[in-house]
Amino acid sequence: MSQTTTSAADQAQGTPPPERGGRKPPSRRTTRLVVTIGLILIAALIVFLLLSPPNPDARPVSLGFSYNSFFQWIGNMGPIVQIPIILVIFAAVVGILLVLIEYAPRAGRGYFWLRLISCFAIPFLAFMMLRPYQGAVIYVIAIALIAGGLLFWADYRASQGAGYLYQLTLFMAPAAIAILVGLVYPSIATIIQSFFDKTGENFVGLENYVWAFTNPQGFWSIINTLIWAIFAPVFATVVGLAYAAFMERARGERLLKLLVFMPFAIAPVSISLIWKFVYDYRQGEQIGTLNAIVVAFGGQPVPWLDIWPLVNTFCLLFAFVWAQTGFAMVVLSAAMKAVPVEQLEAAQLDGTSAWQRFINVTVPGIRTSIIVVLTTVTIAALKLYDIVAVMTGGRANSTVLGFEMVNQQQRFQSYGHSAALAVLIFVFVTPLIIYNVLQLRKQREVR
Amino acid sequence: MTALRSRRRHGYIALGLTAVAALTLAGCAEGGDEGGDSGSVEGETVEIAGGITGSEAENLQKTFEQFEEDTGITVNYTGDKGFEGNIVTKVAGGSAPDIAIVPQPGLFRSLVETGEVKEGTAEVEANVDEYWSSIWKDTGSVDGTFYAAPMLANLKGYVWYSPKSFAEWGVEPATTWDELITLTDTIREKTGEPPWCAGFFSEAASGWPGTDWVEDLVLRQAGPDVYDSWAAGDTPFTDPDIEAAFDSVGEILLNPDYVNAGFGDVKSINSTAFGDPIAAAVANGTCALTHQASFLTANFLTAKTADGATPEVGPDGDVYAFLLPGPEAGELAVEGGGELVTAFSDDAATQQVLEFMSTPEFADARVKLGGAISANTGADPTLASSEFLTEAMKIVQDSNTVFRFDASDLMPATVGSGSFWRGMVDWIDGKPTPQVLSDIQAGYQD
Amino acid sequence: MTAVDSKTTPQNTKAEARRIARETRRNEALAHKRLTSPLATIFAVAIAFLWTIPTLGLLITSFRPGADSATSGWWTVFTNPDFTLGNYQDALTSGGTALTLGESFLNSLAITIPVTIFALAVASLAAYAFAWMDFKGRGFLFVAVFALQIVPIQMALVPLLSLFSRGLEIGDVQIFPGLEMREVDHSFATVWIAHVIFAMPLAIFLLHNFISEIPSDVIEAARVDGAGHGQIFFRIILPLATPALASFAILEFIWVWNDLLVATIFAPTTSLPMTQTLNSLSGTWGNQWFLVSAGAFLVLFVPIIVFLALQRFFVRGLMAGATKG
Repeated sequence: MSQTTTSAADQAQGTPPPERGGRKPPSRRTTRLVVTIGLILIAALIVFLLLSPPNPDARPVSLGFSYNSFFQWIGNMGPIVQIPIILVIFAAVVGILLVLIEYAPRAGRGYFWLRLISCFAIPFLAFMMLRPYQGAVIYVIAIALIAGGLLFWADYRASQGAGYLYQLTLFMAPAAIAILVGLVYPSIATIIQSFFDKTGENFVGLENYVWAFTNPQGFWSIINTLIWAIFAPVFATVVGLAYAAFMERARGERLLKLLVFMPFAIAPVSISLIWKFVYDYRQGEQIGTLNAIVVAFGGQPVPWLDIWPLVNTFCLLFAFVWAQTGFAMVVLSAAMKAVPVEQLEAAQLDGTSAWQRFINVTVPGIRTSIIVVLTTVTIAALKLYDIVAVMTGGRANSTVLGFEMVNQQQRFQSYGHSAALAVLIFVFVTPLIIYNVLQLRKQREVR
Repeated sequence: MTALRSRRRHGYIALGLTAVAALTLAGCAEGGDEGGDSGSVEGETVEIAGGITGSEAENLQKTFEQFEEDTGITVNYTGDKGFEGNIVTKVAGGSAPDIAIVPQPGLFRSLVETGEVKEGTAEVEANVDEYWSSIWKDTGSVDGTFYAAPMLANLKGYVWYSPKSFAEWGVEPATTWDELITLTDTIREKTGEPPWCAGFFSEAASGWPGTDWVEDLVLRQAGPDVYDSWAAGDTPFTDPDIEAAFDSVGEILLNPDYVNAGFGDVKSINSTAFGDPIAAAVANGTCALTHQASFLTANFLTAKTADGATPEVGPDGDVYAFLLPGPEAGELAVEGGGELVTAFSDDAATQQVLEFMSTPEFADARVKLGGAISANTGADPTLASSEFLTEAMKIVQDSNTVFRFDASDLMPATVGSGSFWRGMVDWIDGKPTPQVLSDIQAGYQD
Repeated sequence: MTAVDSKTTPQNTKAEARRIARETRRNEALAHKRLTSPLATIFAVAIAFLWTIPTLGLLITSFRPGADSATSGWWTVFTNPDFTLGNYQDALTSGGTALTLGESFLNSLAITIPVTIFALAVASLAAYAFAWMDFKGRGFLFVAVFALQIVPIQMALVPLLSLFSRGLEIGDVQIFPGLEMREVDHSFATVWIAHVIFAMPLAIFLLHNFISEIPSDVIEAARVDGAGHGQIFFRIILPLATPALASFAILEFIWVWNDLLVATIFAPTTSLPMTQTLNSLSGTWGNQWFLVSAGAFLVLFVPIIVFLALQRFFVRGLMAGATKG
């Protein structure tokens, strides 16, 4: 699992020529060769582990302290007491990390030793605190030490000078480990799963994908998800932007901000209840706000969530937009405040109208934030599950991919189907990724 | 060159040092945790998870109070609205509770298939043999191995009505299907409004109240044998018997003159929630008849009659229920359900809790707290919180009752909680019956 | 590149940072001085009104006897008021779980506060490296992290839960025996870890956007002064990005506070948060839903306080004119 260090080492190869002169750049070939050999060694150790005989009465081995014992110790306190304790410990760990980042890369003998020892000690400690079983201890220690040694070696010979790669690894390691364990591994497993049948035992090729497009729920969920992914972010961003702009020039900004932000802070559990009292449909005395208005104007109550096509989807979509607008509004309003006043004043002197100023000065000024908001809301819309589940249960073709995915997984245990739907959600987000990559490139060029 | 050599030497020293440190430190294997007082369960905690929430959950927790006092075991019940889905995740992730209270036999079977469920102990099995009819034991068994005892029961197939209004209109509860249709027509003439109301909305589980309708009709019209083979998947949905049941249900639910009292047209059945709105409509008189299981009494507790009082459940009260009649008058085969107490742990404390839950004492303690019935024949039906529940409890306890489990709960999930639920919703939305039947049947291929 | 006095010290960089913050505040004040327009006020109030109505409906419902709300609209209180605090009392003291709503309030705090801070720290370290350190494959890695936002949490639950409870086995050998938290009174470890993991992609993406917009000359200047990456991160980035960090803290706090799924799956019974108890307030058959209406506002209370407390940070503390198109 912990190949983060070495993969980072790999990537550091072939970076641009060193900025600092003085030291002759080490031979890149040798470095590469050693790193490769090290990786092969680690792989070999894992293979050994795979082949090692089971030992039924093996016990966990620890240094006398481990993650397990630490969490047990803290878990036996009261919930409120735990907060300061865990924060202090966390701060200490981050502090050590920053101190190492700052001092270890410096040139000099003491720093050299600091780097060397920490390279070996940190992986060793991290691995030993897992409490590996007796049969695995030797392998685990060997893997940790080889990985640490490789990092040290690659770092020592790196063309940017010793210490650069070391810093980079420390910056990245906590996030990298979290992402690899909790997200990369499951997503790879999901992709693999999508080519297998319900039990996950028989390979079925593209059958699950065919199923996703051919069964009626699958088809409508794809169409609706597209509608959600296109309209929800646009609505939320446009309303959020307009509101932020109005608010800036309105009185009582604080209260106005709070009122629109509030829906974003409401738990999804309660959102369904709130909208139940908006869309409720019955004869006689109304309890749904929307139909009460309709009836007050002499109309017949309308079954909002049952009218297909589009009406029900947009009714659900509005509930989602209502919650997301608060997010869009706070981010965009913060960005707007950073638009230089001089530019606006200059435009004003040129005699442009407020609308022109908004379009030509403000919007370009907050472009990055708009993209961030659009991206975030789009991803939330693609993953959407709860609003559809609690408000319509997917009836009248209002279902979306996220809802069908959870259904297939939790209710039917059809893991192949749910994995295929998850992969489809991923496919839908690709254009967004490409767009963001282009933006990133542009931004880097400007810098 | 010397620099290089010294660097290498540094490396060796460092390696050597760390290796030595590692070996000295790594030598300490932890002792096992098998120690202490096996045999005593004092101070142990047993975690129970289930889909029962709100006041029903509080009552369930209260049921264990005496037991906790007697044994020193702490029982923690956690109710979760998303239980059916989350228990699957938790079991797959190796983090199951000690005991899960599973409301559907189908889900129970798929949990047993994971291999994590512990077999029923001899004590529990003896209790089940003694106090329950064999159908309950069969439901808690997979391939002849007994796993789980039932907990509580509910009885489906009731038609709720208002005895006071019936007296006003001069009508009687029906004893045959034809009488029921006549009764409906009579009420419609008297009031000029549709007599029946129905609600199929239940969030992600929408449609299930419709399956109860169909199951009742299959059981009453085609008989228990057809019902069994249909529930087992041998009789397809496209079979004429099943189609006939759908047609009978359609006589009422698809007839705009008969539904949907107080809520709108036929289609409004799908957008009306199955519990509170229906109970409110029956209590305040806008709805004369509705088909729902015995649990509806819980919803009447917070409903109000037209003059603002809490409705009284009783044969001469504001609301009461009769069993949905079959083609002929007489003894009825009834449909019901119950939870299965599924164990994922076999330590002594858990086993004690399991054993307690299969005794009449447990059933009595829970029934006394109200709103629930048990099929445990050792339990006292007079402890139930209302006359209605006492009657219902007598029916499920009676060994002469032809009792069947909810068929949709017995079918594989892709049908029983998938295409069957969805099919009922589509059917109300106007999809033709043959099409609906073949769609539901297609769920077996998923 | 501005010419930099080679004798500047980190102290000067700090002063520089302070100057930037000052300028930003001045900018803001100027922006506020701009005339408020009545038309804008009308529009803003209209949207605010529209956005508040649904919540107002539930707020009024939470003060009405349950049976009333089921049969008459919430607006009828204006004609015949009937207020009660009963729903709030019941919501606080009852619960379908081993905990009451009031008891689970502490759990919510103990889950949310640490998670918010962990996620901020871990993500800002990585975001800094992505923004200001050159390495091969940086662009690709960043896009990969960004793309992981789309991994549905539901898909990651089982693998992660399995790691926590069964540990990790390679072949027949246990590398990691899992965490034994069954006997612990209030264990939050698994929930913390799970939340931090799921927060990572979005946190890195958002923070990278802010951190990379800090003008490079500030960083260059510090680098010429001999500050290492550790110092730059701690003394320049953190102060300059405080507003961004605070904004993200609010968002993350609210997401974690309102999360139901992760907590339900990972938290032991005794550590369940408010959302879980709120969700099981209503009865098995959907009765007593009016308790949820009261509970909703009890749960909303804390996020609103957090928002009001950190609201003043919702300003990008970036150098005036530093925005790039």
